[in-house]
Amino acid sequence: MDYVVIAYLYLAILLYLLLGGADFGAGIIELFTSRHNRRVTHETLYQAIGPIWEANHMWLIIAIVILFVGFPRIYSVMSVSLHIPLLLLLLGIIARGTAFVFRHYDAVHDRMQSVYATIFVYSSLVTPLFIGIIAGSALAGYVDPAAPDFLSAYVWSWLHWFGVAVGVFTVALCGYLASVYTIGEATTEADRLRFIRKTRLLIVVAFAAGALVFVAARYEGLPLARWIFGNLVGLTAIGLATISLGLLWYVLARGLTWLPRVLAGFQVTMILLAVGYAHFPSFIRLRNGPHLSLLEQLAPARTIEALGWALLLGSLFILPALGYLYYSFQHVSRPPSPEPEAALPGARTL
Amino acid sequence: MDDFLAARSQMALSLGFHIIFSCIGMVMPFFMAVAHYFWLRTQDITYKNVTRAWSKGVAIFFATGAVSGTVLSFELGLLWPRFMEHAGPIFGMPFSLEGTAFFIEAIALGFFLYGWDRFNPWFHWFTGVVVGISGLASGILVVAANAWMNSPAGFDYVNGQYLNIDPIAAMFNDAWLSQALHMTLAAFAATGFAVAGVHALMLRRGRNTGFHTRAFRIAAAFGAVAALLQPLSGDFSAKDVARRQPAKLAAMEAHFHTEKRAALVLGGLPNEDKQRVDYAIKIPGMLSFLAHGNFEQEVTGLDRIAPQNRPPVVVPHLAFQIMVGLGTLMMGIAAVYFLALWRKKQWLTSRWLLGLFVAATPAGFIAVEAGWTVTEVGRQPWIINGVMRTADAVTPMPGIAYSFYLFTAVYLSLSLVVVFLLYRQIRMVPQLYDVPAGTPEAAHA
Repeated sequence: MDYVVIAYLYLAILLYLLLGGADFGAGIIELFTSRHNRRVTHETLYQAIGPIWEANHMWLIIAIVILFVGFPRIYSVMSVSLHIPLLLLLLGIIARGTAFVFRHYDAVHDRMQSVYATIFVYSSLVTPLFIGIIAGSALAGYVDPAAPDFLSAYVWSWLHWFGVAVGVFTVALCGYLASVYTIGEATTEADRLRFIRKTRLLIVVAFAAGALVFVAARYEGLPLARWIFGNLVGLTAIGLATISLGLLWYVLARGLTWLPRVLAGFQVTMILLAVGYAHFPSFIRLRNGPHLSLLEQLAPARTIEALGWALLLGSLFILPALGYLYYSFQHVSRPPSPEPEAALPGARTL
Repeated sequence: MDDFLAARSQMALSLGFHIIFSCIGMVMPFFMAVAHYFWLRTQDITYKNVTRAWSKGVAIFFATGAVSGTVLSFELGLLWPRFMEHAGPIFGMPFSLEGTAFFIEAIALGFFLYGWDRFNPWFHWFTGVVVGISGLASGILVVAANAWMNSPAGFDYVNGQYLNIDPIAAMFNDAWLSQALHMTLAAFAATGFAVAGVHALMLRRGRNTGFHTRAFRIAAAFGAVAALLQPLSGDFSAKDVARRQPAKLAAMEAHFHTEKRAALVLGGLPNEDKQRVDYAIKIPGMLSFLAHGNFEQEVTGLDRIAPQNRPPVVVPHLAFQIMVGLGTLMMGIAAVYFLALWRKKQWLTSRWLLGLFVAATPAGFIAVEAGWTVTEVGRQPWIINGVMRTADAVTPMPGIAYSFYLFTAVYLSLSLVVVFLLYRQIRMVPQLYDVPAGTPEAAHA
């Protein structure tokens, strides 16, 4: 059952990155869209993520619950040493989640809309930045539960070039996922071409940000290249990701909806696989070498047993329902909702 | 402000904020499902409007409840890492099940909010019911986790070690049933009265009476039934607390001295130094009866609790008085409402009855917060009753006060925005849902 729980932990992190990440990306794209096109972009994205966006963020809760039930020591060390970035992440989550809903459910459409929109787009940028910083800090080896002073215990644990670079890379990946997703949701040919251009730009940005991570790793003295390319799995994963990126570039303009999405999701999965494999079973590298290992920090067997069953049974309910939700709301050319309020000035539909 | 106090204040603030949103997010779907059912059965468009108007409120509350709940799952570790390190594997079971329930709620809410005219109407209605049921389940599961802190079970505590962990036994601890029942009824009563109060206010102003009458009746019925049942569950809870946590019972009743034929202390201001209660009304024997079902039985007072293990008295006692007082008031209003429904139909449209509901709008939520205060402050100085002290669980990170100030500012502004949004929703009702004069609807109203 140990491996079932560990698999679900990685699955939850992956799905949060893919689905929640595309959600963050929606806000990031909106931030980098000219004023002229912002409205179309916003509405297309909203069509795409509106019904599913709450569910996308549940993966974070699943991941955190698995951590505190199954790996309490890891959760506790992270909570103490990475307190500050976690706090900033939470502020981002609060701001983004509420601004998103407020702007769509405010009954009156006035200047408040631009307040909500501003909060939404900036928190969409900041939240994945800190997710990346936290992820980078788990690898970087500056977390030190025995640190003697405030700065090394609570600040240098996460504030380093490698963490920042992983943060920027995460932001770029989110934007890239969202832009690939939007292509299939475009309602006009002009929009579609615009989204394709944006995707190509974001591929370049994500590639550059990925390179930045290696530069930062080198600067911090982390043998990242050896970790990732030093084994067959990592090498294959990155190879496949690169091939599928080329393929994606080629098929982008072909008017396909699903292939680009699958390819983009595949790439992100491969990147996570390469990093995760290089480090498994380590989850957090501590200062001066020791690791917090997923295999060593497991909760007592009966807890893992119960948690594993809860996850397996829970997925029997969640996965089909979630699949049906995505299936039901994937059609682009749906008829506009024939609601009476649609025609009313000052009011907006769901 | 020292770090320990700041951490406790931040936790209290976060939970106090979350509890309101989660109650509404858990109960409103049931109101919606009833209105939706009437729409599907009667094709009375006003019921559809009520359902849609409420569903926007639910979307706002659900999202706010979901983010504040996400925050809490991190805050447990950010503020109480030593507690979570030991407690996580023991009381985590309800949290892992709650994750599933909450996930299903989010999925069902997606179907419900965006599913108008896309699905079979009864399937769409059913997704709304699933939102309610899974919301209720996740509420009960979270309360079961809290109950474990009051009534730890499912492990042996030997020389500072937590051994023989049994997460299932921990979930079904002694306190879970009484707490889950009390909290569920409280959520229904509080939300019912709050929603009914808002619609009653609109009715008193004579606005959109068809719309608001239907909405008011659904909310008032739920609230009134729950308010009438709540004293029974309160009695069950009191006897349970008397058995499991005599120190908490003594604190909430301001019962300083162990005695037989113990008196119930109504109101008053406890004086902890002098071990007495000033300005109180005392009913001899009543506390013995309420706690143990027998007017003569001895009730443990705070004098039997070692000084270092005594909870504060003033806060739990006053909070308990507020909760019981408001609960009694709501029960009274509920009784009048049912009398009106069965015997005095003319009262239903009277200004005074509506006025009672308007006055009681915040009563349920104040009672919920007060009850929450009783159960949390009454457990101090323990975070796990009798096992781990709250002071030993707090994070070693200094400067928590700043994080507390930050969260206060954030939650305060969020509350203001939510109130502002609800105000705008209600103000838009005439434009969104008015039925033109001359239709059968208008005549009915």
